[in-house]
Amino acid sequence: MPEDAETLLSLYRTMVTVRKFETLAGELFAAGKIPGFIHLSIGQEGSSAGVCSVLRPDDYLITTHRGHGHVIAKGGNLNRMIAELMGRKTGYCKGKGGSMHIADFSLGILGANGVVAGGFPIIVGAGLSIKLRKTDQVAVCFFGDGASNRGPFHEALNMASIWKLPILFVCENNCYASTTRTSYACSVIDIAARAKGYDIPGISVDGNNVLAVRQAAAEAVDRARRGEGPTLLENKTYRRRGHFEGDPQRYRDQAEVVEWEEKSDPVNRFAILLRKKKILTKDLEDEIAAKIDSDLKKAVQFAEQSEWPKPEDALEDLFINP
Amino acid sequence: MSERIISCSAAIAEALTEEMTREERIFIIGEDLVYHGGIFGQFKGLPEKFPGRIIDTPISETCIVGSGLGAALTGMRPLIDLHFADFVTCAMDEIANQSAKIRYMFGGQVKVPLVIWAPDGAGLGAAAHHSQSLESWFIHTPGLKVVVPSEPADVKGLLTASLREDDPVIFFQHKKLFAKEGPVPEGEYVIPLGKAAVKRQGNDVTILTYGSGYYLTIEAVKELAGLGIEAEVIDLRTLKPLDFKTIAESLKKTYRAVVVHEACLTGGFGAELVARISSELFDYLDSPVLRVAAKDVPIPFSPPLEKFVLPSVEDIVKAVRQVTYR
Repeated sequence: MPEDAETLLSLYRTMVTVRKFETLAGELFAAGKIPGFIHLSIGQEGSSAGVCSVLRPDDYLITTHRGHGHVIAKGGNLNRMIAELMGRKTGYCKGKGGSMHIADFSLGILGANGVVAGGFPIIVGAGLSIKLRKTDQVAVCFFGDGASNRGPFHEALNMASIWKLPILFVCENNCYASTTRTSYACSVIDIAARAKGYDIPGISVDGNNVLAVRQAAAEAVDRARRGEGPTLLENKTYRRRGHFEGDPQRYRDQAEVVEWEEKSDPVNRFAILLRKKKILTKDLEDEIAAKIDSDLKKAVQFAEQSEWPKPEDALEDLFINP
Repeated sequence: MSERIISCSAAIAEALTEEMTREERIFIIGEDLVYHGGIFGQFKGLPEKFPGRIIDTPISETCIVGSGLGAALTGMRPLIDLHFADFVTCAMDEIANQSAKIRYMFGGQVKVPLVIWAPDGAGLGAAAHHSQSLESWFIHTPGLKVVVPSEPADVKGLLTASLREDDPVIFFQHKKLFAKEGPVPEGEYVIPLGKAAVKRQGNDVTILTYGSGYYLTIEAVKELAGLGIEAEVIDLRTLKPLDFKTIAESLKKTYRAVVVHEACLTGGFGAELVARISSELFDYLDSPVLRVAAKDVPIPFSPPLEKFVLPSVEDIVKAVRQVTYR
């Protein structure tokens, strides 16, 4: 579909923000400023930016342990995200969730989920709720290739199909489920082929081509809003970092990572396209980068200056009526 | 408030009818609901009264519970019918990892008004996969409220309260008690969660029980009265939050206690009760607190086997005589 310059630049800004956020998170983790574990989505920005660009603020989204990009692309607040990663009281979840459990219900972000495939049953409920409330919202569930091997994926596609729920299932096939190659663990080459078993559309696209992702997501979202039911969209991409930061990655040759980076970096590919179209000039590129760097620097300052939660805060937020 | 004699099943239908009339965001989701009225006929009449709000599902426990949760997070107030409590195993992630934790791990951003209604219990020859009493699994999962009613009035009052909760509730309804009848108030009737009921006064021993254990206990109490032992019977009704105050008041009068539940002995809720009593009421005890529970095996099929495994009236009488030294 033809896109105006403003839309294209907005997509570009989102992708660069995700890339810079993830790079920064990796650095903060290496510096010991982020406790626990983090899972980065570097190399997968085409998927997060492309899909979320067609969503409305009142649409729902559920994501995974590798979910920073989706939260950012849906409008998540960088200060509160970094503060949550660093375990501060001002974080999205007051330090109770961390990287794997960021949510912002005011933006329709029903949360990142630490259980692989944990989002499927919940997104069916969001879709059902939309249908019962008779609104034209859409619910999006991001997941990885690994999750498509779990039972909840299959139950959810079946239920969403029989009830024609307004759901977009977005598989980010990044070639690895933790340390296991997708080609070993999946019975199909295209995860999208699994849609056939549930009589819904299944589409595979080059997930590192943000415009291809956006186009496919737009069609699926329109279909869902029209009440025609769910779609399975597979964004083929590549996980450039380890499963988690610190993963020794004994299961792959680093040459493979370099090859993907050189041939199919989603941010570079889109930048090249925008430069060709004369939409992205060198000055604008620098200006966008500087603005994002400055926002992220402020976010880190915000987090570092934020209080730690009081130890006894651990006993709050369990029940509304204890 | 006037009362009539009705069954637990009728009490369920009455609570649901009243609450669904009052609150249009309540809906019921599960298997075999619309045409069958629920596997035990407990929802008869509701599909006609509330078209579109009683939703039949495929056999997909994972997504049944998960879809209830997703709906609860997005403005609805679902009641999930799990068919048999045993099937919690097929939805354990959705119950224990998701429903119980979502509010907490997201820093209290959201409420989770969700009732998981789970018919449990043995005594029907249904064998190991359709007979369990699994409440202690969920007691051990922070983030869930656990309700186990016995009499029809409790069923109505506690189901009404559960439907008005903004926190997730797992509601265990014993299958053998659906037909039990008793006086139930007409109209709006709410029993707040976390309130036990002293259902019989006595000075010699306190019997702590819930669910099917209550009916065994009232049988045993008649026999004990014949022996000159007057038991105080506390029906806990809600296990989490637990009304320990009522337990403590009774024990400070009787100095003795027996716990009765149908779930198997080891790691059962009785263990938690005994631990709390010994740590908080040790100075008031005149004898060890005993537990009457099922034996530590899966529920077997054949009637003599099942009867042997389940706790009995005789077991309660024996335990009470032991703690009262009579």
